[in-house]
Parts: sequence; C-alpha cells; structure tokens
Amino acid sequence: MSKLVTLTIDGLQVSVPAGTLLVNAAKKIGIDIPVFCYHPKMEPVGMCRMCLVDIGRPVIDRATGQPVLEADGSPKIQFGPKLETACTTPVSEGMVVVGMSDKVKAGREDILEFLLTSHPLDCPICDKGGECPLQNLTMDFGPGESRYLYDEKKHLAKRVPLGELIFLDRERCIQCGRCVRFQDEIADDPVIGFYQRGRSLEIVTFSEPGFDSYFSGNTSDICPVGALTTADFRFGARPWELNASASVCSQCPVGCNLTFNIRREAKAGGDWVIKRVMPRQNEEVNEIWICDKGRFAYHFTESAERLTQPLVRKGGELVPTSWEEALKVVADHFRQAGEGLLTLASGRLSNEDLFNLHELTTKLGGKTALYTDQAGGDLVAQVGVGQGTNFSDMGPETAIFVVASDLLEEAPIWWLRVKQAAERGAQLIVANPRPTKLERYAKHTIRYPYGSEAATVLAMVNALSAKRPNLPEAVQNLLRSPELQAAAKAFAEAENAVILFGGEGTGLETSQALSQACANLLITTGHVGKQNNGLIGVWQRANDQGAWDIGFRPLPGLKDAMRAAKALYVIAADPAGDDPAQAETGDFMVVQELFLTATAKLADVVLPVQAYTEREGTFTSGERRVQRYYPAVPQRPGSKADFSVTAQIAKLLDQDLEARAVSKVMQRIAASVPDYAGISYQKLAEVTEQWPIIGRQDLYYGGTGYENGQGLGVQLIPAAQRGETVPISWPQLSNVSVPENSLLAVPVTRLYDHGKTVMPSKLLHQRI
Amino acid sequence: MNKYLLLRNRELPTINRLEVYRQHGGFQAFHKVVTSMQPDEVIEVVKASGLRGRGGAGFPTGLKWAFVDKKSWPHYVVANADESEPGTFKDREIMEGNPYQFLEGVAIAAYAVQATAAYVYLRGEFWQIASQLDQNIAALELAGLLGDNLFGTGYNLRIYTHLGAGAYICGEETALLESLEGKLGQPRLRPPFPPSYGLYGKPTVVNNVETLANVPLILDRGAEWYRTYGTEKSPGVKIFSLSGKVNRPGNYELPLGTTFRELIFEHGGGIPNRNKIKAIMPAGASSSLIVATDQALDTPMDYESVPSVGAQLGSASIIVIDDSVNIPWLINKTIHFFKHESCGKCTPCREGTYWMMHLTDRIADGKATQNDVELLHDVASQIKGKCLCALGEFSIEAVLSGIDRFKDDFDLQTGGQQSVVQSEESAQTP
Amino acid sequence: MLTEKYPEEIRTILAKYPSDQKRSAVMPLLYLAQREQGYVTKQSMSEIAEILGISSTDVASIVGFYTLYYDEAGGKYHLQVCTDLPCALRGADEFLENLCQNLGIRVGETTPDGLVTVEAVMCLAGCDKAPMFQVQSGDGLTYHENQTVESAMNLVKSWRKEEGRA
Ligand SMILES: Cc1cc2nc3c(=O)[nH]c(=O)nc-3n(C[C@H](O)[C@H](O)[C@H](O)COP(=O)(O)O)c2cc1C
Ligand code: SF4
Ligand code: FES
Repeated sequence: MSKLVTLTIDGLQVSVPAGTLLVNAAKKIGIDIPVFCYHPKMEPVGMCRMCLVDIGRPVIDRATGQPVLEADGSPKIQFGPKLETACTTPVSEGMVVVGMSDKVKAGREDILEFLLTSHPLDCPICDKGGECPLQNLTMDFGPGESRYLYDEKKHLAKRVPLGELIFLDRERCIQCGRCVRFQDEIADDPVIGFYQRGRSLEIVTFSEPGFDSYFSGNTSDICPVGALTTADFRFGARPWELNASASVCSQCPVGCNLTFNIRREAKAGGDWVIKRVMPRQNEEVNEIWICDKGRFAYHFTESAERLTQPLVRKGGELVPTSWEEALKVVADHFRQAGEGLLTLASGRLSNEDLFNLHELTTKLGGKTALYTDQAGGDLVAQVGVGQGTNFSDMGPETAIFVVASDLLEEAPIWWLRVKQAAERGAQLIVANPRPTKLERYAKHTIRYPYGSEAATVLAMVNALSAKRPNLPEAVQNLLRSPELQAAAKAFAEAENAVILFGGEGTGLETSQALSQACANLLITTGHVGKQNNGLIGVWQRANDQGAWDIGFRPLPGLKDAMRAAKALYVIAADPAGDDPAQAETGDFMVVQELFLTATAKLADVVLPVQAYTEREGTFTSGERRVQRYYPAVPQRPGSKADFSVTAQIAKLLDQDLEARAVSKVMQRIAASVPDYAGISYQKLAEVTEQWPIIGRQDLYYGGTGYENGQGLGVQLIPAAQRGETVPISWPQLSNVSVPENSLLAVPVTRLYDHGKTVMPSKLLHQRI
Repeated sequence: MNKYLLLRNRELPTINRLEVYRQHGGFQAFHKVVTSMQPDEVIEVVKASGLRGRGGAGFPTGLKWAFVDKKSWPHYVVANADESEPGTFKDREIMEGNPYQFLEGVAIAAYAVQATAAYVYLRGEFWQIASQLDQNIAALELAGLLGDNLFGTGYNLRIYTHLGAGAYICGEETALLESLEGKLGQPRLRPPFPPSYGLYGKPTVVNNVETLANVPLILDRGAEWYRTYGTEKSPGVKIFSLSGKVNRPGNYELPLGTTFRELIFEHGGGIPNRNKIKAIMPAGASSSLIVATDQALDTPMDYESVPSVGAQLGSASIIVIDDSVNIPWLINKTIHFFKHESCGKCTPCREGTYWMMHLTDRIADGKATQNDVELLHDVASQIKGKCLCALGEFSIEAVLSGIDRFKDDFDLQTGGQQSVVQSEESAQTP
Repeated sequence: MLTEKYPEEIRTILAKYPSDQKRSAVMPLLYLAQREQGYVTKQSMSEIAEILGISSTDVASIVGFYTLYYDEAGGKYHLQVCTDLPCALRGADEFLENLCQNLGIRVGETTPDGLVTVEAVMCLAGCDKAPMFQVQSGDGLTYHENQTVESAMNLVKSWRKEEGRA
C-alpha cells in the first residue's frame, strides 16, 4: 500500500493512496465529478473535458522549501489559470479542489453545449433514454436552450451494423473512445477504431468479420450515449419500464453475476418477459463485464418448444398426463428398481436439485452419475483455490498455469482476468496441444501431443523434484525441453500459483490423470491451502463443481450402466442427442427436461421443469464460490422446479425431502456436506461495498451495469485450507505414444456450442 | 564575417554538397564534441548560449536537453520538420539549401543526450526533401560521420527520416511521437513530457529544424559569440518567414529583436500598390491580429516584446495584412484551417472549430447579424483554456483579437443591425 | 501482393525502426501500397496489418486520419492548390477558380479522362511563391510554385501527352 495523500475536495478532507486520480478520490467521499471519456476500468485519456475542476496547490517557498502561510497561518493556495481535468490529475498533498464553483459549472455547461451541437437530441426514441449520461448531465449542468442552428447539424447514418450483435448510431456518438479503448485495452481485439478526424471522426470497423468479439456487448454498457446498441435490445424497451432481477449466468463455470431486465408484454399475454441481460458487479468474479454468450443466450426461457405437461408412454406413444399419474408411475418403477436405479444428472442443475436427486437415489440404494467426461472435481474440493482467491489481486508474485483448455472459448471472463493478471506481471504458463489466443500473454508456452497432458504436468513435477514415476516415452523428450523446465521453475518459485485445467482432448481416464498430476504439482510446490493458490476446473457446465461437492461422480462405462439399469432417471442431460450411440433407455427411463430432447423422445415418462430463470437456486462456480440466483420471470404453467419434482417422487417412496422452500434444501446441504457447513441463503445474499462504485445515480462513471445488492456469494474453503493434509497419489498413465505429426480428430469447445440453452437464441445462430 | 548563419546557401549555393559544407568548417563541431567533450559539457554550452526553441514555444533548448531522464534508456532525438503553420516556410529552406548543418545539429543533440538513433519527422508534402535528406544521410555514413564507432570513440549514431501524411497537428510534439509510432496523430496527455516519456515511452528530445541548425555554430564558435546576436533574453538570429501583402515575401534571417517595420518595409519592400498596412500576424494562422500602429511596427520581434502588443512571436511567420483585406474573410480562412486540422480528440476544439466555421461562413457571406458575431465571440471564449492541446487554443486567437480589435469590419459585414431572423431561427432550434 | 512486389522496400522500411516497434512502419508502407492504384485498397490494408501484426482496422484508421492517403480511386494526378490564408492573400482563390474553368471541372472533381483531380488544400509552406500547388501521384509528390494558369495548363498538357491522349 503506497503512502497516503491528504487533500480537500469541496471542503471535505480525504486521504487516499498517492497516485489516485482526483475523480476517484472525490468518488470515495461521495462527490460525483461528471465524466464521459473516463472509465474506472481503463486508462485515463482526458479527451472529453467534461471533468474540468478548479485545482489549487499550496505555494512552496523556493528558498526554504516550506509552504507559504497566509496571515491566519493556513497554507497559501495558488489556483491555476485554467480548469484542469479531474480524470487525469493525480492527487497531491495539500491540494484544494473546487468542483462546484460558478467557473466550474460554466465549464461544464460549455462542454455540454459543444457536445449537443452535434447531437441529434432524439432522446424520445433512444434506447439509452432514461439511463443516458449525456441526458442526465445535460439536465444537471447543460444549457437550457441551443444556440446552434438546427439546420447546420451534421446528419449521419443512424443504423450502422458494426457486426451482427452491435449497431452504431453515428449521430449520437460523442467520440469519447470508450468502446475503442475497451476493445483495445481490455478485450485486446481492436476491431473497431476511429476513422477521419476532427468533427468527421467516426467509429468504424475494417476487420473481417466486423465487430465480432466475445465481449462486444459490454461496449453498449459503457457507451455514455445511445450510440451503441445490441441487436437484441435495440428498440426493445425503455429502460424505465424495466424491472431488475438478480441472477447468475448458467452458461459456464465462471458464474458471472447477472441482472435480468424484465417487463410485462402484451405479445406475451401480459406476462413478464426478459428483455435484456446486464452484468451485475462482482469484483471477485466478473468485475463489471460479461461475455456475449451470457448476454444473449437467455432466449431458451421464452422458447415455445418448452414442455408444459408431463408425458407418459402409452401404446408406444408419449401422451400428456397429470402430474399425479406421472409421478406415481415413476415412483412405482423406482421402488421396483431399488438398487437398479441409475440417476444421471448434469451440472446444469442447482445444488439443491442435485442434493435431492442424490438423497433419493442413495436412499433407494441406487447409483448416481454425473453427466460429464471430465474428472477431478473431488481433488478441487481438496486442493482447490483457497478462500479469498481473486484474479484481480494476482500480479508478479503469482504463477497461473492453464492446461488443456482454450479459456477464451470455454470461460471467456476467466480468459479476460487471467490476461489482465498476466499484463500486471503474473507468470502465465499455457500448455495446450494447439495454439490458443491466451499464449500471447504467456511467459511460457508448452506444446504437447494429445493424450499426454497428464504426463506433461508430471514432467514439470519431475523437473523440480527427485521422485520419478516412470513416464511414457512419448514425453521423455518433453521433460528435456528447456521451455518446460523454465516453466516448472517459474511455477515453483512463484509465491502463489493456481492451475486451471480443462478437458480439451481428454476423456474420463486421461482427465482423471491430468487432475491428479495438477494436484501433485501444486502440493509438491506448496501451492495449496492459501488464497490465490490451488486448482480450478474449467468445467463444461455452470455447476459441475457443485455436483461433485454434493457427491455426484462421472461413471466409467456409463453406456453399459445405462443399458443395465432397471430404472434410468435422466435430468438435464441429453445423452442420445449428444451422441446417438449413447441412446440407452434401460428397462424404464424418466427424463426431466425443459424440452422434448432426443433422449426425452425415448423416455417412458417425461417431466417438464422450470427454467432456472423462473425459480431460485444456487450454483457453485469453478472457483468454488456458491452463488444465489433469483426468479426473474413467472414459471411456465404446468412445470415444476427439479428439486421439487424429485422431492415429490421421494414422498411417494416415503422419503422426506424438502419440496417447497429451496432455501430449506440448502439448510440440509449445509448440515450434511462438510464443505457447505455454515452456508445459508441469508449469508449468500450478503454484500460489502465494492470498488469501483458503479450502478448508482452517476451512470456516466461506470456505465449501465448493475450494482450488486443481492449477494456476492461465499467462496468455499478447500480441505487443504482447513489444515487437512492431502496425500499425493500418483496417477496411472495410460501409456500414450503419439507419433509425430499424426492426425487425430479431437473435439474442441467453441463458445457458441449447440448447448440446449444456446440454440433458442436466434441471435447466436449465425455464430454456431 | 558572413551575412548568414543558417541560410548560408544564399551566399554559397553548393553548401548542400557535403565536401563544400566540410570545406567551410562543417562537422568540425560534431567531431570536437564527440572526441573531446562530455555530453553534459555540450548541454552546458547550449544552455549558456541562451538558444530558445524556434518551433514556437521558445523553450530554452539546453534546459530541455538537461531534462532528459538518465534513469531510462534508450534515448531518442526527433527533429520536428512538420512545418505546417500557415505562413511558415523556413525549415524547408534550411533542409533544401543547407541540409548538412541541420543534420550536424541533429547529430550533436543526439550525442548530448547519448541517443544512438534520431528521427527526422517531415510533413508528408516534403516528400522530395525527405528523399534528398536520405541521400545526405547516406553520404554522411559513407564519410564515417554517421554510423558505428564514430571517430573511434565507440559512439554510434543513425539518423532516419519519417514522412507524415498531411496533418498539421503532427507538428505538436506528442502528436508527432504518436504518429511516428504508427498511431493516429493525436496529442498525448502532458505531463509526462517527452524528455521523460517520449518516443516508444523513452526519454526523447524534440527540437525544431531551425533550432538544431543553430547548434553546430554554437559549439563551433561558443556561447559568447552566439550571444552577440539578438537580445539579452532572446539571443541569436531567427529566420522570419514573411508573407501576405508585401512586395518581397520570403525568408529573412535577422537578429531577434529586429523591428516589424524593418522587416516589412526595408527587407520586404513594403506594401504593394501603395495600400496601407492594417494588421500583422506574427505567428502564422495561430496568431492574434496585431493592429499595425506605429508603436506596433516599432516593436522588436523577440519573445518578450511581441506580447506587449498582444500577440506571440511563435514561429515568427509574419503575415502582413493591408487595408484591402476584410478581417471577417480572414478569420473565416483561419477557422477553415483549424476546423480541417482539428484532430478531434477533445470536445471543445472538435465541436468548437466546427461551430465557428458555420458562424464565420455566414459572417463572411454577409448573411450574418451582430448576434452571430457575439455568438462567435462567446464560442471562442468557451473554447479558451479547455483544450487538450494548443491547437484548439490557437484557433481562437485570430477570432477574439479580430472581433475585439477590428470591430468596424464586422459591423460593416453585418450591416451593424440586430436581426429578427436570428431570434426566429433560435426559436426553431430544439 | 506487396510482399511479393516490394520485398526490398519493405525490408528497408522495417529496418528503420526497433524490431519490437514494427507498427511505426505503417505510414511508409501505406505510401508503398498507394503507388499502385493511387489509393489504398482494403486488400493492401489487411496485408499491411498482416506484416505489422496489427488489426486491419488499426491500419484503416491511419488512412482515414491523414489527408495524403486515399481510400478510393481519384485522378492519376492529384493537383492540390494551396488556398490557405497566405496564398489566398496572393490570389490563390482566383487562380484555382480559373484553373478549374480551364479544365472544365469544379474543385474536388476529376477530369473526364480520369487524369487530373483538382483539390484545394491547406498551407504547403510555399506561401512566398503563391500561387502554388503540389502534384501527388504514384511516383511521389512534386511542388510547383509561382504558377500561372498557363504554366499549370502546360503541365496538364504534358501529362496528356504522356498518356498519349493529346
Ligand atoms: C498545433 C501545434 C503545431 C505545431 N507545429 C510545429 C511545427 O510544425 N514545427 C515545429 O517545430 N514545432 C511545432 N509545434 C511546437 C512543438 O510542439 C514543439 O514545441 C517544438 O517542436 C519543440 O521544438 P523547439 O523547442 O526546438 O521549438 C507545434 C505545436 C502545436 C501545439
Ligand atoms: S485541441 Fe484540437 S487538436 Fe488538440 S487535442 Fe483537442 S481536438 Fe485535438
Ligand atoms: S476528460 Fe476527464 S472524463 Fe473525459
């Protein structure tokens, strides 16, 4: 922490770290200085000149070096001839800032009048109207009337598609450059830029494809006017008609905090519908950003294909029936099946759903299976990242090792934050069979043949310590590679270290080996049990980690187990759809789903459930942060929440599971799953003030992202941090031998996959 | 003793040939400096000479060199050959006529701050000059006056030319550096200034071509000798680019402190067709208009005196205005220039110059009213002191001084009456 | 393809700047690209982006900002008359007007034969030799000072001869 500097702003004293910019020092004591081009997440540029303030500095006597004093003994303050920009001026000792003098007010009015001379003033039809910094600041400080001749206004294109997702209105743009700088500084995808100069300055893209960036939606949040709008929300609604409902993204393990903006719509029969998805601030998870998948993939909720009635198979046909009958049929078969019951569920479900499923199944003596081919969630619970881990705190003293994952595609916000950590000096090590964009920022890049990811990590362990579990020939030369040895050294020497391991090119067995190898590397280098240290799984689904914690495990030989099952209970999974070869129904199959999936079509009973946007629940992110989501829109008539369906089946089997209050299910989880002890819905809803302060009256500062009032969640404590010693167990290496430059087809994850919850978003179709 | 120190080509047309330049003492100074002087000694001499920047700001050159941060390396020297101020055409003659003296100045500056690479940033229009400079540089490398291990001292130096592409703002030193880095020519925030954070973020000296052309003589003949020219506070000679309504426009190399009268009437041969001189713009289009009174004409042209008549010496591009010129027309010209050259980075300049263009268009067309003139004055005052760089501030000099000092021209132009139309127009504006 | 056509030039240009500051070469490379069609094609923009490891949009921004680069075809010769204040004080506006009349086009237009585009430009640092203009073409940029409409028209004639159109 650098030394504190004390200054006075509008009569209030404040002490802030040296180097703090005036605009932020003021914010800390609740004084809002208007800005347009400045954004707390980006470097200051001092372009728009909106933040002009009057700055005085103590007069220092040249001879003595002491401050000159007034008659009354107070230091003599010298004000500059010009106003200065608060967004670019760092605080200095004894500074006196006047943010509200007539001179300053006049300055603001002048700048606003200039901006308005070339603004169309089409607020009545503007998407930003109501949450527009330019509009608000004009109300506060702007001129009453325009002295600029209307017919001399520049007329420009009002519907310029910069890409498929973002539209530009050239008349509204005030050339603050926020979008250009976001793409350059933060997303490092400079596909939009300025063209021409002076008053002709305009935002363009000359890239192919155009403005097609995984983070593009964020530019519409930080655009201080209605110049950038999303194809999704454009002319969709007026901000003041919208209600806000807190949620968590269900698309990937990052767990970005979201706000669903909703309103009633005639075309939905007066029902509440989601109009747009906005980021909700959580500085330890997604800061104030979200990726475009999270922003645009919500349309599954409103899909007309949603199931609204239970179906049972009669005479070979699936026919609608009542919940009573459906549940009874299911319960009867489950009772008969007993330990022949196999429950197959995916990480799309909430912790509460998974808990009830797990209880029901084990009480019947049946088996549970997690629908994934990526292993290691149990290890993450032991040596996962320590409580308090935050990518934003990682710098030169931290090593970040990403293996078998293309983060940008699989967990975009992690990519963003890992990249920024690397730019702050973190030792980034990237190991992958093929190049990924993350390598640009890596200090060490390791290329290994598919199948030898675990061996690669073990090679790093060996590079460091004497123990030598015999390595397959294919990677002996890897061990000799100086790049790998340098990487291992950097990793070991770093004060903190985290590993993100993904599933690229791995199957259940290899991924088991990989996760173990990663755990070994962390343990042998002492990088466990502390914050900013430990293991993170880059899972395929939002709540895979929660499923592991609850007790679900992937099942080797799943296909056979499914065939053998007396009763098969499939929830939020579509094995038949993902791989027709997996089409197994057992003797009797129940499918619990949103849609009539390929698997559902084969089922004997199909149970319609609520979308997560229609109910409450919790997800556990890859960083093992348990986070609450809230109902945004009313449930589809006829559907029930998964946990409740399960509980009602259980009831018919004389089991007692919580069917109504999901918060009560969490109480049971807390009572029976050690890691979750002490977790409650109240605790998950707690918030502390975050920096930068956004989402309040001064939308011009942080943008239209939402302040977090509904909970920052709780990061779990891994076993290692509780003081338990985690034993090393060396992984079994399936003896891979990959011939040089051999061709093998490996499925790689792309951001816009065919996920059940992505397909319904027409907007994303073009990109699938 | 020769008449010229900088425009030596006037007496010696072949001095643009290396051997000729050397026959006349060329590169003795550089040799002496590199072989027998410490970098700081060189800086001391330049400080002592009192040489001030000829690019406009008049900043003490030696001091600027001394500011170069010795904790951060490498260092760079950049010669500002953007010469785009309307009415300025002096650097061009130096580079065309006496290129080696300029390049020797660059070399000495580079040694003084221990830079091993220097760039000459020329405006794109100086395409021919750039290719000629490239040949001059090649000749110097051939002669062992540039390159590695110069004079066996181990000091290396390379000079490169870099062409701009038509942007006045790139004369502003930080915009120039951005441009040289391959970015938009938009000014940077200052501080930090180039001597601490310049080209590629490294400490950099940016000097005007004429400034640098003085340096070899100062090191050759000493600070004392140099101070025998010019005034106490503005020592040395200056090239005055004389243009506009004079009989003999052109460059005139004279001691600083020469009066406007001497330049315009003795050297420039006075005003054509017996017209009367009306105004003077001493710093090109960026200048405010000086009313050409006798007192003004007898003012010495140096950095201290010119402000006393309400202007700056700037780049000393003297534009002469006679009584045939209508001031509203004139500011319409300058505003069109600034509107065209505004980089657009900051609001007041981007929007203000555009607004002023509309107003001066109307005024020049005689379609305007008193209110428009007042509005123009307001808009200009609104820009004042709020811009990110000096271009925006320059743009209002002629406007404000024009309206304040030549009111009659505007009254004539607007028929002097308040208009009803105006209020109607403003009524229809939203 | 620039890289195939001008490998030598490209190498010399890149050699001027530190190896980790390739981006500095964007302006010289754009001049190189403009030699061909007299303007910068989208194709060559992305090629330059390729060479320098920056985005096509970054390159385009440079083309847009600086007036000596063109993003669309014009006449083979850009005849650019300075009509800025100092030249205007010496009759540049009249000169431009007469010249255009003689060529039968308006300012900013191109002669029907596609040979000459006449433009009014800002100060070219030739104020004492007004009327003056510069000529920008594939083979560079030349100054023509102390001009009369005759001298300017003779120049145009000489170009027409070259084109074998006279
Ligand atoms: C808008 C603007 C245009 C400028 N144009 C030039 C120019 O064309 N040539 C020049 O040498 N300095 C120009 N300057 C001044 C430079 O910013 C800088 O002060 C100068 O090059 C420093 O060199 P000197 O100390 O030798 O004068 C300009 C400044 C501004 C604000
Ligand atoms: S004053 Fe004009 S030229 Fe300077 S930064 Fe602002 S817009 Fe650009
Ligand atoms: S200049 Fe400070 S916010 Fe734009």
